[in-house]
Amino acid sequence: MSDASPIISIRNVTKRFKGAPSPAVDDVSLDIMPGEFFVLLGPSGCGKTTLLRMIAGFEIPTEGQILIDGQDMALVPPNKRPVNMVFQSYAVFPHMTVAQNVGYGLKIARMPSDEIDTRVREALELVKLDGLAGRRPDQLSGGQRQRVALARSLIMRPKVLLLDEPLSALDAKLRAQMQFELADLQDEVGITFITVTHDQDEALSMAGRIAVMNKGDIAQLATPSDLYEFPANRFVADFVGSVNIFEGTLTLDEPDRAAVDCPGLGKVYLNHGVTGAHGSQVWIALRPEKLYLHVPGEGKAVREAARDAPEGHNFARGTIKGMSYLGDITLYEIRLESGAMIRVSRPNLSRRDQEDFTWDDRVSMHWRADSPVVLLS
Amino acid sequence: MEDWKRGRAMFATVAAAPLTWLTLFFIIPMAVVWLYSFGTNRGLTDIDISGTLVNYQRALEPLYLGIFAKSLVVAGITTVICLVVGFPVALAIVFSTDRWKPWLLLAIMLPFWTNLLIRTYALMAVLRTEGYANQSIGWLHDRFGSIMPLVGLPAPGAYEPMNLLYNNFAVILGLVYVHLPFMVLPLYAALDRLDRSLIEASLDLGAGHIRTLLAIVAPLAAPGIISGIIITFVPALGAYLTPDLLGGPDSQMIANVIERQFKRANDWPFGAALSFLLMYATFIAIAFQAVKAKQAERRG
Ligand SMILES: Nc1ncnc2c1ncn2[C@@H]1O[C@H](COP(=O)(O)OP(=O)(O)OP(=O)(O)O)[C@@H](O)[C@H]1O
Ligand SMILES: [Mg+2]
Repeated sequence: MSDASPIISIRNVTKRFKGAPSPAVDDVSLDIMPGEFFVLLGPSGCGKTTLLRMIAGFEIPTEGQILIDGQDMALVPPNKRPVNMVFQSYAVFPHMTVAQNVGYGLKIARMPSDEIDTRVREALELVKLDGLAGRRPDQLSGGQRQRVALARSLIMRPKVLLLDEPLSALDAKLRAQMQFELADLQDEVGITFITVTHDQDEALSMAGRIAVMNKGDIAQLATPSDLYEFPANRFVADFVGSVNIFEGTLTLDEPDRAAVDCPGLGKVYLNHGVTGAHGSQVWIALRPEKLYLHVPGEGKAVREAARDAPEGHNFARGTIKGMSYLGDITLYEIRLESGAMIRVSRPNLSRRDQEDFTWDDRVSMHWRADSPVVLLS
Repeated sequence: MEDWKRGRAMFATVAAAPLTWLTLFFIIPMAVVWLYSFGTNRGLTDIDISGTLVNYQRALEPLYLGIFAKSLVVAGITTVICLVVGFPVALAIVFSTDRWKPWLLLAIMLPFWTNLLIRTYALMAVLRTEGYANQSIGWLHDRFGSIMPLVGLPAPGAYEPMNLLYNNFAVILGLVYVHLPFMVLPLYAALDRLDRSLIEASLDLGAGHIRTLLAIVAPLAAPGIISGIIITFVPALGAYLTPDLLGGPDSQMIANVIERQFKRANDWPFGAALSFLLMYATFIAIAFQAVKAKQAERRG
């Protein structure tokens, strides 16, 4: 098996549930490479779990094909597939101890019991649960139960580990910690991970590649930074991170520059071309952290700062209508002169930075010519 | 939530009627019968409660102990068959689609709404020598009999109807028929509460369906299985009508003997003693369940 051949190949898979008006998964094609940390990201009900369950064998595709390691899985039942799943609800067996839970799969596989004991001990060490082997699941915290579920799957050394929102039941701090631990673990064991989440921070921090799903479709498949910096459409731009979106008309489109006239924002200049028909309707996506705020009177400085754009471009004025201090940054809601609202975030680089602006202050802002993203859909 | 305890007057008012009812129609009659069991017959209707243990002594004679043992065995076999048949039925209902579920449950409960006597006579119509069961088997027998010469086998003789009625087989069949809903409903309730993802997790870890059933489903449904066993076993142990109508001369169960004491033999004290022995057996069964339930609870 060379690294070039995908471990999981999803080919034109559609899943229609009986009685549902639209398919839960709609003609999805995906290749997942061995050793990848792959994340399925999307809003509730977009079909993430359904896709994962089809890989595990708990749902049968209405159309299309799923190959694991080159083998068609159509007729292979879940207990014969070389994948394991960590369920959203953990599904830890309540009538067994931690050790019995973790060793269950090996016992099914008729491994000698002393060997099971060794492997269970290793697996519990891996997920940092050593010492809890004799506990019952109801004596564990949510995070510990989740690790039991993880160890129970990892011990099987599957080719692919499927994780359905593995961290959703944890508090923010533990979740952040587990995100790192999961990523480390994946590095350590070298198993392909496919994780489902609807939490974009989680996806960005863990994933090698992310597939953003929308209504059963894949809206974009990209690395975390590409997804964030080069979203393919309004859905992705809006779902991943925070964004300002303005409708506009493409007025200039050359290989090395382009301009969009946005009634809400003003004239937007880009230092690269856009492959869109001249005069067509487009959308400008501008992330809050890519806008620079200035107090009035700094006009010259602003124009200086925005000098990579022609005069009168990439510059706007407004009034602060809301602000929220988040510690590391402050978020401002600004009403532009056009009446449209825009969100701008500003890092609190020094302790008193948040005092620079307050409600109803008149401010101006600029952004760089490579910051806006032009979206065609 | 403790309020109802503190509102004594209110509680007393609400509880008075049912308590009176229970005392008048349950506890007092039971106490009377219990006292009878320590009495001796004096004439046709006169019972002298002398505190004698003669009735119990007689009840423990091999003849009656044998019938007790036999009743236990029959009720036990009935319960086991109900469990073996009822478990897949309950599973099938749990995993049926929402559209079918209410109808399947209805089909299980339907016999409850038909008189036991009618159901038993219906079963007799099926099991009689000229009944539907024998007719159908005879028909199949004749069909195959006419085919067998064609494929070179000797033709079998004429069909001899089987004796399906008035024997222990008929009693057990009747008891299973009557008690199956008692088994299916608690099993259904227990299985329906089971988290499906546990079953999927077991399959995911490589276990087959049978293995999953034994290692995951059965232990988790244990409380339902035990209450199913108890509420099937207890009425089956005291079954009267079914052995009376479907059984042969050697199929009588303890309830039939008790009935005879109260009616034909007119030996109320002895009947009372037998009744209370039956009740003690029932209590033991229920206590057993309580202990098991406690254990299950402690295991979490
Ligand atoms: N067994 C089912 N029968 C009918 N419809 C279903 C079934 N399972 C899922 N669906 C539907 O399919 C769609 C996708 O569901 P799915 O569970 O895959 O969503 P999801 O992306 O995992 O959402 P969430 O983030 O809320 O878990 C939903 O509209 C859901 O209602
Ligand atoms: Mg889901």
